[in-house]
Parts: sequence; C-alpha cells; structure tokens
Amino acid sequence: MAFKKSAVPFSGTAEQEERLRAVIAEHKDDPGALMPILQKAQEIYGYLPIEVQTMIADAMEIPLEKVYGVVTFYAQFSINPKGQYKISVCLGTACYVKGSGDIFNKLQEKLGIGSGEITPDGKFSLDACRCIGACGLAPVLTVNEDVYGRLTVDDVDKILEKYN
Amino acid sequence: MDKIRNLDELNAIKSKAAEVVNVRVEGKDNGVKDVLVCGGTGCTSSGSMKIIEKLEEEIKLQGLEGKVNIIKTGCFGLCALGPIMIVYPEGTFYSKTELAHIPEIVESHLKNGIPVKKYLYAETVDGDTIKSLNDTSFYAHQHRVALRNCGLISPEHIEEYIARDGYQALNKVLTSMSQDDVIDVLLKSGLRGRGGAGFPTGRKWQFAKASQNEQKYVCCNADEGDPGAFMDRSVLEGDPHSVIEAMAIAGYAIGANQGYIYVRAEYPIAVERLEIAIKQAEEAGMLGDNIFGTGFSFRLGLRLGAGAFVCGEETALMTSIEGNRGEPRCRPPFPAVKGLFAKPTILNNVETYANVCQIILKGPEWFASMGTEKSKGTKVFALGGKIHNTGLVEVPMGTTLRTVIEDIGGGIPNGKKFKAAQTGGPSGGCIPPQHLDIPIDYDNLISIGSMMGSGGLIVMDEDNCMVDIAKFFLEFTVDESCGKCTPCRIGTKRMYEILTKITEGKATMEDLDKLEKLCYYIKDNALCGLGQTAPNPVLSTLRYFRDEYVAHVKDKRCPAGVCKSLLAYKIDPALCKGCSLCAKKCPVGAISGEIKSPFKIDTNKCIKCGVCASNCKFGAISKS
Repeated sequence: MAFKKSAVPFSGTAEQEERLRAVIAEHKDDPGALMPILQKAQEIYGYLPIEVQTMIADAMEIPLEKVYGVVTFYAQFSINPKGQYKISVCLGTACYVKGSGDIFNKLQEKLGIGSGEITPDGKFSLDACRCIGACGLAPVLTVNEDVYGRLTVDDVDKILEKYN
Repeated sequence: MDKIRNLDELNAIKSKAAEVVNVRVEGKDNGVKDVLVCGGTGCTSSGSMKIIEKLEEEIKLQGLEGKVNIIKTGCFGLCALGPIMIVYPEGTFYSKTELAHIPEIVESHLKNGIPVKKYLYAETVDGDTIKSLNDTSFYAHQHRVALRNCGLISPEHIEEYIARDGYQALNKVLTSMSQDDVIDVLLKSGLRGRGGAGFPTGRKWQFAKASQNEQKYVCCNADEGDPGAFMDRSVLEGDPHSVIEAMAIAGYAIGANQGYIYVRAEYPIAVERLEIAIKQAEEAGMLGDNIFGTGFSFRLGLRLGAGAFVCGEETALMTSIEGNRGEPRCRPPFPAVKGLFAKPTILNNVETYANVCQIILKGPEWFASMGTEKSKGTKVFALGGKIHNTGLVEVPMGTTLRTVIEDIGGGIPNGKKFKAAQTGGPSGGCIPPQHLDIPIDYDNLISIGSMMGSGGLIVMDEDNCMVDIAKFFLEFTVDESCGKCTPCRIGTKRMYEILTKITEGKATMEDLDKLEKLCYYIKDNALCGLGQTAPNPVLSTLRYFRDEYVAHVKDKRCPAGVCKSLLAYKIDPALCKGCSLCAKKCPVGAISGEIKSPFKIDTNKCIKCGVCASNCKFGAISKS
C-alpha cells in the first residue's frame, strides 16, 4: 500500500459532506461503526483524504489517530484519489503462476507509476489486488468494471489504447 | 412473502416451489424450459450478464415468453468454460457461450427442441447422443454436499431454497431437539472446520454453550483471503440461505440471538446476494423474533472486510468487526469464552455452515459414512493454475490428488509435466509428484508438510520455479503481516530478503541454513496463525525441491528459467538466419550483427525482457 500523499488537492462538495454527516448520524451508535462509516465515506468521496478522516473523527468523537490507524491498516481504503480509469491487476496465486507479475510490471513501466498511485493527469490509477475470483480466466486485470482475462504481456498496450 | 409460522406453512411453500425446481432436479417435462445461466464471478467476468440480456431479447423476439424461464444461478464449477448455460429439462450444457450463439440456440433448442450440438460442451456430445453432465469426467468423481444447490437454484429466491428442503433443519431443531441434541449430532458427524485448521465444529459449539453469559454471538468467516481460493464465495453466491439457516441453528445451539457474517468487500456479487437473502429470510420469519412460533429469536448482520488477509484469523476478524485495526490477540481466552465484544462467540467458515443443515436432516451417520477415519464428509477445492478444468470441485475426503488433478481437472495443458500442487495458500505447502496418490485429508496433508487450508489448489508445471513461488508467498505475508508481533513483522521480511538474494544468485549456502533456522523460529514464536504458518511455503519447497534452491545458490542457475537475474538469452548461430528482427525489437539495443549472418546478444546490455525470443520466427533464441 502506498502512503505517498497525493498531489491532487481535496475538492469535496457541501453535498458530499451532507451525505457523510447523514451516514455518521445513522450509524454512530452501532457497535463497531467505524468500518462501515469509512466504507460509506469512500463510496461518497472515492477516497479518504485527511480532511474526510478529520470530519469522521470529530463527528464520532474519537481521536483522528484511531481513524487514521484503521484507514491505513486495510488495503481497500485509499488515502489517494483513484484515476478516471482504475486498473487493478490480480496478483493472486492462480494469476501469478500464469504470469500476472510480468503484466503488472509492464503496466508500472508504461504508466510510470507504482502500485497505489495515480498518473499526474488523473487518468489512470494502478493497484495490485488479491484474487478477484476469476481464476478460470487467469491472468486477469480489471479497468473499472471491465474484466480482461487470459492475458499476455503483449495485450497491455491494446488495453491501454482503448482508454486513451 | 408472508411470515412462515409453522411446518405446515413451510411445506405448503415447498410443494408449490418444488414443481418449478423439479424441472431441473428430476428432469420433469411440463412444457416449460428452464435456462440456467451462471451468475458466479467467473462467468460474470466473461460476460454472462450480457448473455442473459440477449436471451431475454431473443425470447421476446421469437415469441417464447412464458415458455422459457431464465434463471441466474451461482457457480456450476467449470469456470474455465464460462460463460456456462444449462437448459432443462434435458440438462444440456452449453459452454463458452457467445452472444452470437444465442439466436440459433433460442430458435433451434428452446423453440424447436433440437439442441445445438456445436455449442455444447464437447465432452457431453458423443456422436448422436448427448451425455448428461454428471457423466463427464469433471462431474462424475464429485459428490456435492456443500455445493448441492449451487448452479441448480436461483439464489435470489427463497422459495427455490425451500423447495430443496430449505429451513426444514431449522424447524426440526427448534421444534424437536434440545441444544445438547444439536451439538451431539454435530459431534457424532465428525464435521471439522473447513476454514483450514480442522477443529471439530461440535466441540467449538459445546465450549460456547458452556460459557455462561446473557449475550453470545455467532459469526461466519467469509473473509476468504487465500489468493486463488473461491469456494466460500461460490457458496454465498449460489446458495446463501444454507449459511443463514445454519447460523440460526448455531445460535439456537449455543444460546445466541445475534450473528454476523464477515465477508470480503472484494466479492460484490456475494455481498449483494447475502443482502437479498437476509432480507427475504427476515420477511419469511426465518430470521427475527419468535421463529416458527417457538420463542427463539435470531438476527443477522453483514460486515464487510476491507482487504486485510489477517482478518481471516479468528481473533483479528472479531477485532475488525468491532471497528478496529484487524490485529489478532492472544489466546486464551478463546473466543468461545471471550470473543466478539468480549462475549462468548463461535466463528465458523462458510463451507462448514453449508454442511450443517444436511447433517441435521440426514443424520450424523450419513455424513460420517463419507471420508476417511478422522476427516469426514466432503471438501470443496478451487482448482487453478496450470490445469485444464479450472473451477470448483467437491470430492469426498480421502480422494487422491491424482484423481482431482488428472481425472477431474483434466491434467496439465500443453503437454507439460506436473511439478507440484499448492494447497493451503500462504499457510500451506507444495505437494510434489511422489505424493499424488496420498488420500486428501487434514492429517495426511499436514504429515507431508502442507495443510488443507480453505481449499485453494493451485497446480504448477515444470515452468514454475519453486524458489520464486516461495518468494511470492513470502512477499504476500510481508505485505499482509499486521505488524503486531516481532517474529512475523521482522522475521518474514528477513526471509523475503534471503529469498530475493537466492533468486538473484547472490546467496551462499550459509544463507540457506539461516533461512531454514528462521523458519522454525517464526513458526514457534509468532502470535497468530498467519505468522506461525508463514514459513510453510519455504519449508515445504526446501523439503521437496532443495535441489532447485541449491542450483540457484551454487550454480547460479534457475532450472525453470524464471528468475530473471540468473537467465541469459542466447542466439543459436546454427538456427539464426540473420533476419535482424530481434535487433529491431530489442528495447535496449543489445543485439547486433550483419544481415544474413548469425546475430549476437550483448549480455551486459540485455535486460532479459524476452522480446527477442518471442519474436524470433526460427526458434533460434533460447534462455538458459
């Protein structure tokens, strides 16, 4: 997981904040509410920048360290924004033994970014993921909702072209 | 749906729904065709939702509305052949279905009753006859208990589950069995935890029942983090009610009225089906207050994981449900005494729960009749890697790996040689060819240095480097170690560093000894299961493939040709025609030569990308 602070500034809207406050009000008193609230917050904002974490900490009356601790523990929470096209390469075992590591390297090289990062124009972000369960199609990568399977390194260029 | 208040009402729904489901179960022809399309993750990824849309469109177009039902099911198991579609009552099996096939299939098969043979799974077509799916080698060796409804019913309709004896077990338990009776049945059945460790389920329930407390919890571990394993996901996607019903039974047995299912957020389809199933069960009165009018109440909540492998460990999972960093804690106290929110808790895996209702209905003797002496029942495996039939299989315990890999899995593609099967994921080990005939059960797998694990079974061929595989798993563990205890946090990192040295050809034989010592140290001292089992991939490969390690260390050679630092690309002058294609393709200009005479690779410049070899038309470039 990358913790490098993103260069893209936070630009939350009042409407997003209102939705977040409603979520917090609804779940605040549930046992173990922090995780579901963070998951909803990430749905609303797309990621969890420090500004959003602060809002949650204040509204739940818990220390910001606790919120930050949970956010950075789980791979699914991102403190960086995601690209317009989220590329995710499966590095689960079934995909790995069929060469997904090479595909991931090729993408890093092509996009000039590492795992968990975003291209400066905000177009692509790249992540490695652990098994999306489409092992029958290994090796697999996803771009937003699209799934590409039975890949070779040579397919990478063609796939990127589609989104350019 | 109205609330079901007693057995009579349940049976009334059952007999009504059975008419619909029996078209599939018994092949009853009542003039309606059921088209089952797999809506599991594998087939959805290869486009099965679009197939459904096209089917609906085409059925309207050809005026077959009301004569054909389209049912989106869970996984059929043969993921390699997706998208999969089965037409009942005949039970014909269409594989790798494409949108372009649909109009012909609808017209010929659904309208005129003639199956389109060319689109059927080749193994089911034998001249003029079409074989049943159960006669194909993939299915013939299987025995489906946990997966009995997967790919047969619509997981989004509680009535179809009820038609398959759904909620009968819960009724039986609540109306005619004591808490101890239920626990007794489970103990007698010999059911052991399917999450990997194999602890007897009945004993777990017994401990939790014995703990005195007003509030207890029942949890389900659906945080299937083992990369390459998707058994639990398929059960949740294909038959979510079987887990819900079993959890309610567990609640009754231990005296809990609240349950939680902790499921991976990476499984959106499973989450959606669970949400639907829980809502339907609440509406039908199978969850909530006063179930079947017996005064027993049970509620179920869904909690999503957020991508942390360690949360599959029971104490870490509970810490995560409580809303914290998912770090494990020391045991004892065990969860049965002090678990979720510090209350007595049982945690079982999805597949374990999927067996419970059948055991209650058919009796412990039936269940215990399958399997080996100490491992009863069946086990679901997710077959993946270098194998023809990737997918999901359920076999009786005691089946040999050879049967699973060669008969069911169809062997290794491209005529390659089998090298190892990996079970147990990052906690397990690699099983070499000489152990292929060992019957699979918990104890046998441990004795050969692997473990059952949750059921991921990845097949590797001669092109896979075992040192690289060990390194892959260690990289995983380093990444997923929560950092709470030193042996795991620092120890796995050191192991990873030594493995990297080996794959780069920089290691000495002392490093190999150090690596082995470190393995045992971490095994003995780590806090939780993740750390204690993290060295297994290294230990098992050292045990069976030590010569490969030695080749890396002493000869600076990777026998499988995987480890890049140890590779050298060479042009065979006898085969090279001097076409210059490789020189043009080389990204770093490492290849030079005169046209029509053999070219040469400058090994100092070469970055070993392999572009030259994959482009050479004469097979003149090889790696060694």
